[in-house]
Amino acid sequence: MRWKKDELKGWGGAIALEAELARPERLSALTKVLQDTPCPAIGARRSYGDANLAEHAIDMTRLDRFISFDADTGLLNAEAGVTITDILNTFAPKGWMPAVMPGTGHATLGGCIAHDVHGKNHQLAGSFGQHVESLVLMGPDGKSRRISLKSRPGLFRATLGGLGQTGIIVSARMHLARCPAGSMVVHEQRMEDLDAFLEAFNASRADFQVGWLDMAAKGIHLGRGILEEAHFSHERYQKPKKAKSVPFNMPGFAMSRPVVKAFNWLYYKRIPEGGRDVERPLHKFFFPLDGLRHWNRLYGKRGFHQFQCVLPDGEAPATLTLMLEAVVASGLASPLSVLKRLGHGRGGMMSFPMEGFTLAVDIVNKPAAKALLARLNELARNAGGRVYLAKDSSLEAGYLPDMYPELADFRAEVAKADPARAFETALTKRLKVRG
Amino acid sequence: MQGSPLPVTWIIIGATSGIARAFARTCAEAGAELHLLGRDMPELKRIAADCEVRGALSAKAVAFDARKPEKFAAIIEDAATTNGTLCAAVFVGSMPEQATIDADPGLIDGVVQDSFTGPARLLQTLAPVLEERGSGTIIGVGSVAGDRGRIGNYVYGAAKAGFATYLSGLRNRLGRKGVHVITVKPGFVDTGMTWGIEGMFLVASPDEIADSLMKAVVKKKNVIYTPFFWRYIMLIIRHIPEFIFKKLSV
Repeated sequence: MRWKKDELKGWGGAIALEAELARPERLSALTKVLQDTPCPAIGARRSYGDANLAEHAIDMTRLDRFISFDADTGLLNAEAGVTITDILNTFAPKGWMPAVMPGTGHATLGGCIAHDVHGKNHQLAGSFGQHVESLVLMGPDGKSRRISLKSRPGLFRATLGGLGQTGIIVSARMHLARCPAGSMVVHEQRMEDLDAFLEAFNASRADFQVGWLDMAAKGIHLGRGILEEAHFSHERYQKPKKAKSVPFNMPGFAMSRPVVKAFNWLYYKRIPEGGRDVERPLHKFFFPLDGLRHWNRLYGKRGFHQFQCVLPDGEAPATLTLMLEAVVASGLASPLSVLKRLGHGRGGMMSFPMEGFTLAVDIVNKPAAKALLARLNELARNAGGRVYLAKDSSLEAGYLPDMYPELADFRAEVAKADPARAFETALTKRLKVRG
Repeated sequence: MQGSPLPVTWIIIGATSGIARAFARTCAEAGAELHLLGRDMPELKRIAADCEVRGALSAKAVAFDARKPEKFAAIIEDAATTNGTLCAAVFVGSMPEQATIDADPGLIDGVVQDSFTGPARLLQTLAPVLEERGSGTIIGVGSVAGDRGRIGNYVYGAAKAGFATYLSGLRNRLGRKGVHVITVKPGFVDTGMTWGIEGMFLVASPDEIADSLMKAVVKKKNVIYTPFFWRYIMLIIRHIPEFIFKKLSV
């Protein structure tokens, strides 16, 4: 296997690493790579921070075959490099879809498992890993075995959300959900401030919910935004059109305070005061940014960080207020800020979700970002919340045991599965995830 | 794509290559029957399963080695049992490092067999079947390397040039019987063959190439460069006078 020298970057572009990458095109080649140079697998490289950074890594995107599909039960067996969009495009016309879809369809099956991702229906459907029946895990010696919650509960739960530390996820069997239509009816409603927002979330009975936050609004408007509640329509599924692309890194002022403020104001006011119903194709509702390739270039060369945390219900209103105040005062936020409700569903020991509210904010990578991120991390920790490692680039290693109560069990499983620490990544080293 | 003039059965020769796999998927999504030919049977079976899940009417793995022509008749006979339009796409070829060949001239025979005479002999066996049916399309994947002999890979280039000339003649023969032959010359494609090689530029994805092949089938193109701009790059390279070209290492 030839190795390619390449700069590995998180999607946020703020952290980079010179790396050597193998990209096996077939299963037998993957085994050989591991026998020669055991190293972690990476997928679509959509993690924002350094979860997909390592000096040696295996690009899994060419191991993207479907293996089998049972049209009666919806059980899909597929290689780890298959993307969510590929699954949706192939099965939506037959009435099936991934039960959980993250915010980008470019994510791979392996990545979705390794981060145990969640979607806009988390309260209803739980996390991605909860729909995985079993998976094939390849150890650092190149040997594969199929594991499930029944056969190897410890190892299986360490693998869901396990950041690739237990081995290479080669393929997985997962239950797809019924896909009754090709588009969603989305009810969009202005939320005047944070209190109104949280209240509306708590009152909502919609299957799919997501909130957009205006991170430029302050004072009495703090926490205003738009709540989207959606259900399936009756339209047939249509493949998305080819995405437009951001051709190069935008200059710094593209995300400056006045531009963001003006954009947010327009974005907020475009929804009539009484709210409105719009119909959107599935991919537009679930992956709003996939229509614009390389959208991370909007942040320019310096890149950005994404902060995402989840806060338990009791602490959420007060802590969210403090967080929003800190972000708004910094002037570093972009228009991409999201508030969602999460349920209790989680598949693994290191899974992110907990019952409560999750906030995600993109923060321009300027010098002041460091202090802001430190403050946000501290607020999340103090509230008994948790920071999402798929997004993280700034957490203190010391916060990890508080945020992830099953960390000790995880470490024990990983130590057994990968004693030589072949699968460590920049993230696991930075946060001492493995102790 | 139902209802479009797409053929029913595709014989894909060298089906484990990156471009072939992307092309097989495109055929599968259009509901074709697939015969996937190659040497790595476990891998071919995985690709066949993938194609069936993606919508192929059927997909089967067939053992094929360009250096074992005695098996060709049986392979063609088997594919010809299916009804409807029969088509074939050739993706085989081998490209050892030129330096390796320089050290062991005996390797030339293998390169020529893998990239030219093997697939040509298979197509020659298939030709009468297609002539009799009066329909079908043959895609032969050559290479821009065949347009001019270069220091870096002239044995591979020579084999591909031979194959391109063969396809030109085959087109001349079959065209008058309603069978269409397309010569494809891809530039740099992002496959295992080019992964990690220094100096690659304007690299296209296998999916883009597969799309352009399908378009060429529908539009009955004769010779295509893909992506299209390689036509102009090679136009320039072909027109560099030999007394200059012999000093270049492009």
